[in-house]
Amino acid sequence: MEELVQGFIKAFKLIISLDPQVVDITWRTLAIALSSCFIATMICLPLGSLIHFKRFPGKRVLINIIQTFYSIPTVVVGLLIFVLFSRMGPLGVFNLMYTPTIMVIGQVVLISPIVLGLVISALSGVDKGVFETAASLGASRFQATLQVITEARYAIYSAVTMGFGRAISEVGLALMVGGNIRDYTRVITTAISLETSRGDVELSIALGTILIILALVVNIILNRLQQK
Amino acid sequence: MKKKAISTAVFALSIIMVLALIIGCAPTQPATTTPSSDSSYSIAIPKARFKIATTTSLYDTGLWYYLEPMFEKAKNVELDIVYAGTGAAINQGKNGNVDAVVVHDPDQEKPFVADGYGINKRSFAYNFFMIAGPASDPAGIKGLDPAAAFKKIAEGGMKDPNNIKFVSRGDGSGTHGAEKRLWADAGYIYTDIEKSGTWYAEVGQGMGPTLTMANERNAYVLCDGSTYTSYKGKLALVSLVDKPSASTLNIYNVYAISTEKVKTANVKMANEFINWLISADVQKIIGLYGVKEFGGPLFNPIIDGGCTYPACPDLTENMKPVQ
Repeated sequence: MEELVQGFIKAFKLIISLDPQVVDITWRTLAIALSSCFIATMICLPLGSLIHFKRFPGKRVLINIIQTFYSIPTVVVGLLIFVLFSRMGPLGVFNLMYTPTIMVIGQVVLISPIVLGLVISALSGVDKGVFETAASLGASRFQATLQVITEARYAIYSAVTMGFGRAISEVGLALMVGGNIRDYTRVITTAISLETSRGDVELSIALGTILIILALVVNIILNRLQQK
Repeated sequence: MKKKAISTAVFALSIIMVLALIIGCAPTQPATTTPSSDSSYSIAIPKARFKIATTTSLYDTGLWYYLEPMFEKAKNVELDIVYAGTGAAINQGKNGNVDAVVVHDPDQEKPFVADGYGINKRSFAYNFFMIAGPASDPAGIKGLDPAAAFKKIAEGGMKDPNNIKFVSRGDGSGTHGAEKRLWADAGYIYTDIEKSGTWYAEVGQGMGPTLTMANERNAYVLCDGSTYTSYKGKLALVSLVDKPSASTLNIYNVYAISTEKVKTANVKMANEFINWLISADVQKIIGLYGVKEFGGPLFNPIIDGGCTYPACPDLTENMKPVQ
């Protein structure tokens, strides 16, 4: 018990004193998760609108498949990326294994189904009349679509937040394709995993606390947005 | 309407396929599970569980897969093996999470014994560290002695970090410890190496994953000879510095955890485990491991008498069973 208390005290000191190692890992984690979240949103928003507004055979099945991939295990994405991007793989020429770039690619693959699925259901939640009214007032299809997206913005914020949460908290993918390289691809989750096994519990507690604080901050921002 | 009908048909079809899969698998399951559940009824007392933490190289080579069922059968116990580098394994032992540790870092074993945690040490196998690297050998280390090779890699890496790279375990393991000693032999201070640029990557992972990463990055790597041999078929890396020497000697030791420090430690089973590992039969089995799979033995059993360096244990003392 004594050790645990000491661990928390030391962890708190590490955070307060802005320990360079802690700050460095935190920034890297944020940068990678935010980039993948941004890219996933840029892909999923137009794609989700397309799926929602177009009528085509197999639409239900497609949406079902997308929802199934909500819970795709991170290590399966890791495996997929590894097979594709390792030097022997078809995309090996890009030489991307064990870089922050590949971590972003992996996270985009991981969270896109969630963001896409939730964007589609966000758009479905908007009254059909919005699109029709906009169209009847002379808006083009594109403008009418934008109108619906604007109406659905809060649900879309949650979709993006869910994606961000999954990206920042996953460890299997980061370890498999990022490689946990110090000062390069080591993020909060992989650092906690390593430092705990090595016995540096203080650093792990500090990083774990930061991860929870980050989640809290994101939630507060989201709540603020929804209240406006 | 027609579109809806098609999508309903596709959906129904996929449901049928999933059902077919489940039904197709079903008959085989009872057939395989029934006998085993029968046999578990016949054993009145559930098997005891015995936990050890072992250095990653012994696991990645497959040695534990090979030894585990033998030990379990011999002692009627469930052996649970935790995969951890030496630093982590010692830490698991100190925390009372395991009853025995298998490690290979003299620098970390000394305080582990001095503090009273590690007892009943026995050495049971050895091999040599080697340096693997890309076949093109951009730093030109082939055939050098290890310290000279490290010096060339560091000099080259600092000048040309895109072509000359090194991947380090960086996890406080025995191999990481050996690497630090070699940097010192080469005339470097380790913390300077850590900060000297992108050529030096610390990955904080086990021996197998580290080798895979070095292979992907076209980098040099320090590896124990056994893991390298067992991974050779999957790697483009070639062995560049592999002459046995005192500075690359790698001895695997097993310790029980003292009940004076960790009250819950199962010393009795740990001692049985240690004595089993150093028994003549098991020593022979260790010496034969890998012959079939990799065309030659992976580990040298300590009993073979080939360990004649100053760091080697006294053979007769080492082979005495612990009490």
